[in-house]
Amino acid sequence: MSAAPSPAAATDTTAALSDPAQLAALHRDMLRFARLQLRDQALAEDAVQEAIEAALVGAAAYAGKAALRTWVFSILRNKIVDLLRRGSRLTTLGCVVGEDDEEGAIDALFRANGHWQPDCRPRGWEAPEESLENKQFWAVFEACLDHLPQSVARVFMMREMLGFETAEICAKAGITANNCHVILHRARTGLRQCLERNWFVTGECRAC
Amino acid sequence: MLTCKDATRLCSEALDRPLTLRERLTLRAHLLICTGCTRYNEQMAALRRIAARFADGGFARPDGETDADGGNGSEGK
Repeated sequence: MSAAPSPAAATDTTAALSDPAQLAALHRDMLRFARLQLRDQALAEDAVQEAIEAALVGAAAYAGKAALRTWVFSILRNKIVDLLRRGSRLTTLGCVVGEDDEEGAIDALFRANGHWQPDCRPRGWEAPEESLENKQFWAVFEACLDHLPQSVARVFMMREMLGFETAEICAKAGITANNCHVILHRARTGLRQCLERNWFVTGECRAC
Repeated sequence: MLTCKDATRLCSEALDRPLTLRERLTLRAHLLICTGCTRYNEQMAALRRIAARFADGGFARPDGETDADGGNGSEGK
């Protein structure tokens, strides 16, 4: 009997990460995510590569194969956060996001008295949790993210996907707290409307 | 009395900072009488869950990947 010192879980993880098909799919999705956050192909490739290496090195400490994807993505998110913190890439955000412009996009949804335009009033979303299991839904979600002005999408993703506090986003982007809130409001409102129009409400007929 | 525009702004800001007591009360009063903004508010919570799931890599179900699990032959049949 020659028992290897490493636990079985670690071997499984290493095996999963060295299975070419599985690794290729994971790599593709990680790269898509990193490119969205960093908007820089070379930086994104490096971050993904480093995350996969870190995953292989850390495999011994990782127990359980089921959440492998989640775990590797958490490593990738940390790498992206580091890159964004270190880099000066956010200085461009402030200039791109004009406050007037952002208010304009919101104003279009409301009547002069500040209440909803009838066409824009939110409708009910049926079983949003079920949509998360649908691959098509994620294609719509990505298209909706893409549809936002790039800087608006980036602020939203830093907040909701990378877990930055609003204060840090404002400071990093050199914008006021108020402007930050305006941008996030704009992003959420835009995504909400886009998802509703392209998924949740048109979805009535989609099931058949 | 809040407008719907102001109410949606508060729904959004509630995700980023604690609202003041006054803001919470006026928002709650508005939501009681406004279905549009009530839905908006619920959908903000859904949107947060959607974004978190995306960030976890949950945007592509590993259809083929989990099925390709049998390589180990651990079923022993």
